[in-house]
Amino acid sequence: MGLALMALIWLITLASTYFFVAKTWWLPIGAAEAAHFIDGQLALTFVLMGIVFLAAQLSLGYIVWRYRQQPNSPPVNYSHGNTKLEIVWTVLTTVLFVGLNLMGSRVWASQRFDQAGPGAVQVEVTGMQFAWYFRYPGPDGKYGATSPKLMDPSAGGEAAVGLNTSDPAAKDDVVTGTMYLPVNREVDVSLRAVDVIHSFFVPSLRFKQDAVPGLNIHMHFTPTAVGEYEIACAELCGLGHYKMHGMVHVVSQEDFDKWIAAREAEKQ
Amino acid sequence: MATSATVHAHAAPQGFIRKYIFSLDHKVIGIQYFFLALTAVWVGMFLSLLMRIHLVWPNAVLPLVGEIKPETYLSLLTMHGTIMVFFVLTTAPQGGFGNYFLPIQIGAPDMAFPVLNMLSFWTTFVAFVVMICAFFVTGGAPLHGWTGYAPLSALPSAGPGEGLGADLWITSIAIFCIASLMGALNFITTTLDLRAKGMTMMRMPLTVWSWFITAILGLLAFGVLLSAGILLLMDRNMGTSFYVPLVVVNGQIMGHRGGSPLLWQHLFWFFGHPEVYIAILPGMGVASQVLSTFSRKPIFGYKAMVYAMLAIGFFGFMVWGHHMFMSGMSPYSAFAFSILTMCIGVPSAIKTFNWLGTMYKGHIRFQTPMLYAIGFVSLFVSGGLSGPFLAQPVLDIQLHDTYFVVGHFHLIMGVAAIFGMFAATYYWFPKMFGRMMNEMWGRVHFFITLAGTYAIFMPMHYLGIAGGTRRYSQYTEVAYLQKLMPIHQFMTYAAIITIAAQFIFVINLFWSMFKGPKASDNPWEATTLEWTTTTPPPHDNFGGKTPVVNHGPYEYGVPGAPRDYVMQTDPATSSVH
Repeated sequence: MGLALMALIWLITLASTYFFVAKTWWLPIGAAEAAHFIDGQLALTFVLMGIVFLAAQLSLGYIVWRYRQQPNSPPVNYSHGNTKLEIVWTVLTTVLFVGLNLMGSRVWASQRFDQAGPGAVQVEVTGMQFAWYFRYPGPDGKYGATSPKLMDPSAGGEAAVGLNTSDPAAKDDVVTGTMYLPVNREVDVSLRAVDVIHSFFVPSLRFKQDAVPGLNIHMHFTPTAVGEYEIACAELCGLGHYKMHGMVHVVSQEDFDKWIAAREAEKQ
Repeated sequence: MATSATVHAHAAPQGFIRKYIFSLDHKVIGIQYFFLALTAVWVGMFLSLLMRIHLVWPNAVLPLVGEIKPETYLSLLTMHGTIMVFFVLTTAPQGGFGNYFLPIQIGAPDMAFPVLNMLSFWTTFVAFVVMICAFFVTGGAPLHGWTGYAPLSALPSAGPGEGLGADLWITSIAIFCIASLMGALNFITTTLDLRAKGMTMMRMPLTVWSWFITAILGLLAFGVLLSAGILLLMDRNMGTSFYVPLVVVNGQIMGHRGGSPLLWQHLFWFFGHPEVYIAILPGMGVASQVLSTFSRKPIFGYKAMVYAMLAIGFFGFMVWGHHMFMSGMSPYSAFAFSILTMCIGVPSAIKTFNWLGTMYKGHIRFQTPMLYAIGFVSLFVSGGLSGPFLAQPVLDIQLHDTYFVVGHFHLIMGVAAIFGMFAATYYWFPKMFGRMMNEMWGRVHFFITLAGTYAIFMPMHYLGIAGGTRRYSQYTEVAYLQKLMPIHQFMTYAAIITIAAQFIFVINLFWSMFKGPKASDNPWEATTLEWTTTTPPPHDNFGGKTPVVNHGPYEYGVPGAPRDYVMQTDPATSSVH
């Protein structure tokens, strides 16, 4: 019985570890500045937790087999514990866990404590059941007013986000269903939701943030590779949650300028 | 203490109804809780089976159930989570085994407040009935997930199931909170007041410590959830705006103004995180008890185990924000919550270390309760080690709301806690029902269940790392998710096999109840007070005698003792603690 149990625990442990090490299923290739840090921290955490995982499971399996009761077992070690060992163990785990955390916190701070720089591309992301809309402020650099009274999701586009077209600042606002971004430029996203909570998740860009009704949340990131990246909603928002899907097109600055000019032209 | 125990004694009831239905006897109430949880776990498991089938065969038309639509899937996951968390993970370990064994293990004739005890069971029962009713009303069960995030949960027009179904869901949880508050009061008072002579706090079995600390957590946490639930009902039905700002649903402006969706999350998780420990602490207690008994060795570091549980309970109230790193909460508070979350990993690591230390150089006996306790340790390690990933806000950018989280909490608060319950069932069944369960089928059940649970929940981590979002009824609409379908298929097959294996357990349970070999008073050669009385125990637990405790709870392998164990009531000698 002890042998069977050890075999099973070891088998489970090694099989589980194999798929993590082989990276059979892994993060998509990172296409944003933060990917380097986030992936590094994730890898570090995997190595450290992996060592603890292997050590704990393999020794559990071994102890179970080694100390099974046998007719000739020596008397048990009548012991109520060992304070010195407890202290060593406590200090070690505290250093490991808190140290790991502090390292990760540096990255977190760089992501979320600072605001976007002055040259960042402005995009407003609006989530609603079950679509994403993206608004660019246009040449004036200012978002026009929106109003809940004007929101008409069935009309799509400007009407869906409730753009008040009589506001001068709204005249040059561009609203689209697909996000376009220039490569290697910081993006200042402003996240809104009109009905329930949604979450703007772009795995390749290592970006996730809830969009919350009543809040306007500013975030920033910098895409570093041209390509098309999928958006998936990551907060349960209703029956269409699974298909609240969108695309981010990261293009060259030149293509981005052309694209936005074409959208402005369509408006006139 | 012994004197107050006699005050609370009551005569054995005679009629069937007072004896088995509206019983005041903590043992009967414990068994009632146990069977309620057993019913609930089959409902919850059936729902998860439907979910797994729908994920892999979205267009399948099932007998009785019909076709599962995306909204049905979300109702299934909401009800699966809610039923499992409240009516299984909270009900069986605490209400079931705690009720039955806490008084006996401290040498008391009953709970401090038998009527309150009966009331708390029947209130829980009502809550369960109300919850199940949500399936059968117009619109069906709610689809807002077990966490019920507002505004989705606060707006009847936000989706099917958000009408009457959601009202019933909240009402059921509110009733459950009241039941749990009554239960918690009873557990705390009983532990503090009704201990037998010589049963000092530091001689209590670790199971008693775990139920005691769980009760304190329940007392502090369920009150908050109750208030939060009432506010949510008011938002839905009385036009208040606690959780809902101005929102536009389907082009319609709702009447709410100025509420905060994050307020619900703060209140919910202030309950929700301690709830995780409410589910797992009793499992830790049972694992400690069983590991010591079947290793024939004292528990390694008894005091460290007690302090670790106290620390887990204490820190458990300071980490709720780690569920909200992506919610729009201040990134500075994320920093604090994250450090505190890492701190809570330390006492958990101490416990694991001590469990290994308990088995080390022991005489391990592999009866079924022990197998489950060993399985518990393995699952606790596996589920625990994904914690330090999720505790880091920066990794949550990728992992939050993916299957990585689902894998994490299922391993630790789901199946580890369930393994604790299985260990408890196989361990205490002889005392509760007077007969032994079948060992051979117990082992078969164990090996399939351990391999099966790993096969279901470990792949969820791979899925999550690859960006596999949770609460998706189908992986068909997003290109990168379609590529992850093979993992889902594997998990579904594993789930079908593992669920099928649970029939072995139920058949063994009921068959042994009537046909199992008669159990002796102390079949496992254990030391705590429940093994000093007859099997099953008499109405007042000790047949008119009050036990006197002379020893600590885990005196195994004592050098120079006549047997390899010294029971807590054995005469005092100098060689033993």
